[in-house]
Amino acid sequence: MNREIEAEETVTEGIDLERVDSLIEPYLGRKEMMIPALQKVQNHFGYLPRPAMEQVSKRMRVPLSRLYGVATFYAQFKMKPRGRYIIRVCKGTACHIQGSPKIAERIEETLGIESGETTDDLRFTLEEVACIGACALAPVIMINDDPHGRLSPDKVKDILDNYQ
Amino acid sequence: MSAIKLTIDGTEVEVAPGTTILEAARRLGRDIPTFCYDSELPPNGACRICLVEVENARTLVASCVAPAGSGMVIHTESERVIRARREVLTLLVANHPLDCITCEKTGECKLQDYCYRYGVADSNYGGEVKKLDYDDTNAFFLRDMNKCILCGICVGKCQDVIGAGAIDFARRGFTSNVAPPFEDPIEDSTCIFCGLCMDSCPVGALIPKYSFSKGRPWQVEKTRSVCPYCSVGCNIYLHVKDNEVIGVTPVEENPVNRGHLCARGKFGWDYLQSGDRLTSPLVKSNGVFIEVSWEEALGFIADSIEEIMERYGSDAIMGLCSPKTTNEESYLFQKLIRFLGTNNVDSYTRHCHAPAVDGMMKAFGSAAMTNSIEELASTGAVFVIAADPYVSHPIISYRVREAVRKGAKLIVADPDPIGLTDIAHHHLTLRDGSAVALVNGIANAIIEEGLQDQLFIDRRTEGYDAFRAAVAEYTPRYTAEVTGISEEDLRSAARAYAGAGSAAIISTVGMDYSAGNGGLVLALANLALLTGNLGKESAGLYLPYGENNLQGASDMGALPAVLTGYQPVKEKSVRVKFARAWGTDISDQEGLSAADVFEGGAGDKIKAMLILDENPVTCVGGEDEETACYLAGLDFLVVQDIFMTETAALADVVLPAAAFAEQQGTYTNTERRVQLTRPAVKPPGDAFPGWAIIAELAGWLGFDWAYDGAGDVFDEMASLTPQYAGMSYERLAQGSLQWPCPTGEHPGTAYLYEGRFSRGLGLFSVVEQEKLKVSEAAGTKKDALVHHACQCQSDSMNKRSVVRNFYRTVGR
Repeated sequence: MNREIEAEETVTEGIDLERVDSLIEPYLGRKEMMIPALQKVQNHFGYLPRPAMEQVSKRMRVPLSRLYGVATFYAQFKMKPRGRYIIRVCKGTACHIQGSPKIAERIEETLGIESGETTDDLRFTLEEVACIGACALAPVIMINDDPHGRLSPDKVKDILDNYQ
Repeated sequence: MSAIKLTIDGTEVEVAPGTTILEAARRLGRDIPTFCYDSELPPNGACRICLVEVENARTLVASCVAPAGSGMVIHTESERVIRARREVLTLLVANHPLDCITCEKTGECKLQDYCYRYGVADSNYGGEVKKLDYDDTNAFFLRDMNKCILCGICVGKCQDVIGAGAIDFARRGFTSNVAPPFEDPIEDSTCIFCGLCMDSCPVGALIPKYSFSKGRPWQVEKTRSVCPYCSVGCNIYLHVKDNEVIGVTPVEENPVNRGHLCARGKFGWDYLQSGDRLTSPLVKSNGVFIEVSWEEALGFIADSIEEIMERYGSDAIMGLCSPKTTNEESYLFQKLIRFLGTNNVDSYTRHCHAPAVDGMMKAFGSAAMTNSIEELASTGAVFVIAADPYVSHPIISYRVREAVRKGAKLIVADPDPIGLTDIAHHHLTLRDGSAVALVNGIANAIIEEGLQDQLFIDRRTEGYDAFRAAVAEYTPRYTAEVTGISEEDLRSAARAYAGAGSAAIISTVGMDYSAGNGGLVLALANLALLTGNLGKESAGLYLPYGENNLQGASDMGALPAVLTGYQPVKEKSVRVKFARAWGTDISDQEGLSAADVFEGGAGDKIKAMLILDENPVTCVGGEDEETACYLAGLDFLVVQDIFMTETAALADVVLPAAAFAEQQGTYTNTERRVQLTRPAVKPPGDAFPGWAIIAELAGWLGFDWAYDGAGDVFDEMASLTPQYAGMSYERLAQGSLQWPCPTGEHPGTAYLYEGRFSRGLGLFSVVEQEKLKVSEAAGTKKDALVHHACQCQSDSMNKRSVVRNFYRTVGR
């Protein structure tokens, strides 16, 4: 068997399509609800796996091209697997002045990924955000729901080590 | 509401409320440029090239979306407007490859035309440009999204008009592009290669592969013709350069396809130029074909036929006509067979459609499709059962989509999803083989809720009481048990169908060869009679045929029991009429049918057979080997075709015929519409138009026929055929006509049975659901009744076309 096909099937096997069905059940027959349906799916899987999108397309009778168009239009939808921990580095004015670029740089060095990427072990995803709204703590990052403020590059490693 | 008066470029115009400025201006002949506007799609005002100046308005307005207002004074080409349009063009050009020298679209590119018109040669906006890979993975067309200007017309057409949903806008901002899901190659998407995106692209982003480097638009001659594939009969332009067809585009101004096509019409004509075409008459000598002159071939045929007639009599001869030949050819062919003194003439493929023909004949007295394709677009409800028009007759599915967009209710009954389920209001996933029970159950629910059209039943039908008694058993509960459809779904589908002012039924069950489908046709006829959905616009029973001229071949009398226009050979007055016109006696014995000969045991009565463009060796219904053995065992076999088919290979003489694009003639589509096709290229080698070959052969057989062109043949046929009596090539050149068209002034008939059925009253029939096989009841699929392929359509054209492999795999 072709290796690519094999790989594809493994991915499909990993995605619980029955779970997808139950997630989107409330929206069946209502094509205008495709965004909430995709949100539900993403909340469950952390991103939008292709087999799940195909299942949504089939069940909601919305062309896959349309779902893909919607999913790639809105920044909130992710097409690739994301880490267990999402690091959001604040790029707001206050943080910028207080050295957030250096923080981001150190995180990138430590994890070996660039902003927007995910580590191979799916532990971290690194993102930059406009402003977290905690300027008093500048420079600040968030890891999932935890804020970490008044950072310096040297503190980065210890903080990351706390998230396994 | 009163009309709106406004002034456009100094001229006053009056329009209805709701008219856009663009529409109003076009009415005055003002040429406002547009990119994203398409009359078939809702306007979206995205491209900004149609901006116009409205006096006292704060800004320029997009004329495609702005409604005309009372007292408006509008300038469509003012300084300010031109400046704005230049800016729009400059922005587009900044991110567009200016390779017009080699671009296939040069000469018919809107971007190029408007830049020329407004003197935009380049852009002073530097910055990033798109660098996308192009997609040329499929056999049909190239997608170069670097040239795309994001007008969105292809997206609208693909999503809403066609329903393929293969492409949409992906991403956003600078990286926006039109893409299949996950930006995969288009071939891996749900694209059906109808070509509409290509035909409506204003720039060179979507380019058909076949015409690459073959000719500029101004070097191409366009000849109007009719697609030779299915029975819809789409109007096409054949693009010709140097006696070669290099492209096809749809004709917009016609009521059949209105600018739409499917893959077959758009790409399926490459066989015309195949190196395998027959180019010379062939005679078999010691088992090997040798090329001979026309004189030798026809002389040999005439001698052989005369010899067999002397030995065995006229009834040892049989003619097998094809549902793909022109009316003229079919007419002359049956005339020739009858001149030989026999009525042994039939059209083989017709018998695939026997369930439809027999059922409609019984219920209404005529087998023709009751209403027109175009009427579907304005119907109130559509019931699709045992059909997938998206695959078999795509134009019909486009019209159903249009009806649904306008508010029609769509009921689909099929165990599996079909090409219309995505927009269906009711998808009844019945058990295989239980369709008759479902239809009877719907009839029961309609009667129970008093939704039948009692006035219609009383005045226009007979047999109602027996029918009502029979369907009384099919209560919703019982029907639910048999079909697996819940009572509630059944009732709501029944209400949707019966509640619409006009409702249409679509089924290709007639195309299904499997036995027992006659019952479903009758059950559907009952349903239409019950609700008065006959004899009026946008209603009726759509059982479209498979082949392009099956209707015509039947109309032309290429049938064993009737002459043209279904005039029975048994009737003396008919025989006298034809004898007088033709100058020969007509046999009063009904001839043998193809079914009699191939399956009914009458095969040994036939010693010589003439076959036109038909390939019974591979057609459905007969064992290949058995049919081949039979044909090989005949004393004499003549086959006329455009290719050396499996059947032709068995012949004693093979005659090379012209294909549809190489001759003049008419085809009658499944809605009884007679359409003119014109020669666009010369036939290869010594090939000739079929009607001319038959006329020539008649001369060799000693018959004194003289025709001055195909029009002459048509006139003779029309003079003998009441349904065609008012038609002529002159009239058809102005536009197609639907029979019955009895006089030269008659406009033709869009739908049948207004006021009266062919048999007088419409006949209700009692049809019972046959017992389901155990396997069916258990829900196994694909083995029996509900079935949508068009097996019959894969004859010598498809087999040799690029669409061949594609059509085996299409479907969602």
